[in-house]
Amino acid sequence: MAAAPPGSRPGAGVLAWATGAIAIFTLAPLALSVTAGLMANYAQGLRAGLTTRWLGEVWALYGSTVALSLALALGCVAIALLVGVPCGYALARSRSRAARAFEELLTLPVAVPGLATALALILAYGQWRAFRQSPWFILAGHVVFTLPFMVRTVGAAFRREDLVALDEAARTLGAGFVRRFVGVLVPAVAPSIVAGCLMVFTLSIGEFNLTWMLHTPLTRTLPVGLADSYASMRLEIGSAYTLIFLLVIAPVLWAMQAAAHWMENRDALTRPGH
Amino acid sequence: MPSPAPGTEGARVRLVGCARTHAGGVRALKATSLDIAPGEVLALLGPSGCGKTTLLRLVAGLLAPDAGGQVLFDDEDVTALPVERRDIGMVFQHYALFPQMSVAANIGYGLRVRGADAAQVRGRVGELVEMMRLQGLEQRRPAALSGGQKQRVALARAVAVRPRVLLLDEPLAALDAQLKESLREDLAHWLRQWRITTVHVTHDQREALAVADRLAVMRAGQVLQVGSGETLYRTPAHAFVAEFLGRVNRLARAPADRDTVTLRLGGAELTVPGETAGSTTLLLRPEDIVIVEPEIGVPCGVVRHRTFLGDRVQLRVALEDQAELLVDQKRDVKARPGDRVGLQIDTRHLMPAPPEDTP
Repeated sequence: MAAAPPGSRPGAGVLAWATGAIAIFTLAPLALSVTAGLMANYAQGLRAGLTTRWLGEVWALYGSTVALSLALALGCVAIALLVGVPCGYALARSRSRAARAFEELLTLPVAVPGLATALALILAYGQWRAFRQSPWFILAGHVVFTLPFMVRTVGAAFRREDLVALDEAARTLGAGFVRRFVGVLVPAVAPSIVAGCLMVFTLSIGEFNLTWMLHTPLTRTLPVGLADSYASMRLEIGSAYTLIFLLVIAPVLWAMQAAAHWMENRDALTRPGH
Repeated sequence: MPSPAPGTEGARVRLVGCARTHAGGVRALKATSLDIAPGEVLALLGPSGCGKTTLLRLVAGLLAPDAGGQVLFDDEDVTALPVERRDIGMVFQHYALFPQMSVAANIGYGLRVRGADAAQVRGRVGELVEMMRLQGLEQRRPAALSGGQKQRVALARAVAVRPRVLLLDEPLAALDAQLKESLREDLAHWLRQWRITTVHVTHDQREALAVADRLAVMRAGQVLQVGSGETLYRTPAHAFVAEFLGRVNRLARAPADRDTVTLRLGGAELTVPGETAGSTTLLLRPEDIVIVEPEIGVPCGVVRHRTFLGDRVQLRVALEDQAELLVDQKRDVKARPGDRVGLQIDTRHLMPAPPEDTP
C-alpha cells in the first residue's frame, strides 16, 4: 500500500466521500423537483423539452400567496424586534422565578404541534370574525410560534458578561435606560438580533402546520398554496411552485446571512494588518 | 481625615458602616467605614475575594450597602442615588468599551449623555486624545486597539466628564508585565495631575504603592489597615499586611529574651529597639540585610540557594538558630550556595510582629 503523503490526515478521503454522498442524497430530491418544474412533461423527461409555462401558471394562480407570505414573514420579524428584543433583555436581567417560568412557557408553542396551537387560537379568538378571516389571525399564530426563537437568541446574547459590563459602564457615564438600551446594548448584540430575524423570517415563510388550520381561501400563504397545488394540480405545477418558493426566499436569506456575517467580522476587519 | 489635595476637583468620599451581603447570604463585606479626602488616591489592596471590588461597587452605586450603611460624597448622602446620577467615572477591569463606537465616540459618550454640544465634545475629546497619546486612533473601533490603548481609552472616557469620583477596578490587571509597568507610571502621573478623588482596586502591591496616596489593605471582607504605603510597609498592624506588601522574614525570639532588647541570630546577639520588647517574633524585610564577611559578633549563616532576578539577587541563608532568611542583594554579590556569609542588619528596621489576626 502506498504511504499517505506527508501532512495528510488518515481517513480524510473517506470523510470527504461520505460528506459528498450525503450532500448529493440530500440535495438530489430538491434538484429533481426544481427540474421537474421546468420540464414540458415530466413523464417524458427532458426529451419533451424545457418550458417556463408552469411557472407562469403558478404565478397566475398563486402569485398572491407570495406577497402574503413575505408580508407575514416581515410582520413577524417586525413584531419579534419590537417585542422579542426587549423581552429577551428583561428575561436576561431578571433573576425572579416568575421570569424563568415565563421563559419556559414561551418555548411551549415550539414543542406543541402547530395544529394544537392553531386550534387553541381558533377556540380563543375564532369568534372575532373580522380578525379570524384576516391575515392578522395567521400573523398572530406565526408570532406565537416564532417569538421564542428571537427571545432565546437575543436573551443569550444579553446574558453575556461583557454586555453586563457595557450596561454598567454606560450607567456610570450617566446614561438612562432607554439611551443605554438603544445606543449601547442593542448595537452590541446586533449580530444576534440579525440571526434571530433570519430564524423568525425562515420559520414564518415556511410555516405550514399552523397556517393550514388558520387560513381561509382568501388568506393562503406560500406553503398552503404549495400543498394545494401538489394535491390538485399537475406534478409540474407543484414543482414549479417549489422553484418559485426558492427564488423568493433565497435572495432574502442570503442578504440577511451576509448582513450577520458582515456584522460579526466588522471589528475583525478593522484590526491593524487587515 | 487626610487633608485635601491642592487644586482638587474631587469630592470627599465617606463610607459609614457599609456592609454587603450578597443574595444567598454570602457576606462579601463586613461593616466598613472609610474617609477619603478630596483629590486623594486610595488603593484598595488585597487578594481575590477579599471584598475590594464589592467596596468599589458600593461607592459607584452598582451595589447597595446592607441596611444602615451610608455612602457620602462631600456632605451629600448618595446611598440611594442611582449610579447614573452620582457623577462618577469608572474604569472596568476589561475596559467595557462600547464595541460599535469609535475611540472618539467612546471618549465623548458621557459628555453627549450630559447634553454637551458638538464643539464641547470635540474639544474635550481632542484634549484627552492628546494627553493619552491616542492621536491617529480616534476613528478606530476598540477591537482594533492593543490592550494598552484600550486601557487609555477607558481612562479617557471615565475622566472626560470631569467626575467627582474616579473608580478604577483593576485597570492594569489585563496587561502584560512590561506594559503594566509603563502604564502604572502614566497612571500615577495623570492621577496627580487631575486631582480627582480616586478609589483604585488592585491586588498588585507595587501598583498600589506607585499610584496611591494611601492604601487600605483588605482581607476576608474587612479593611485591616489604612495608611500611606511607607507606613504600612514599615509599621504593619497585621502580619497579613506585612506579608502582603512584600516578602518578610520572621525572626523568633528565645523566651528568655522576650522582655529584653536582645535578639539571638546566627550565633550573635543583636540589640534591638526598645519598642520590640515583649514581641515573640520580629519581622525583617529581605532588603534590610546586607551580606558581609563572616566575623565574630556578626550573625552568620550558609547560603543555600541563589536566585538571579535581573535587577537583584535573592539568597536563602540558613542559620543555626533561626529559620532560613531571605536576603535581597545587588546583583554583583559574590556569595554562592555553600558559602558562609555574615549578615549585617540595621536593627532600626526590625518590626515587632503584630498579634496574629484571625479572619
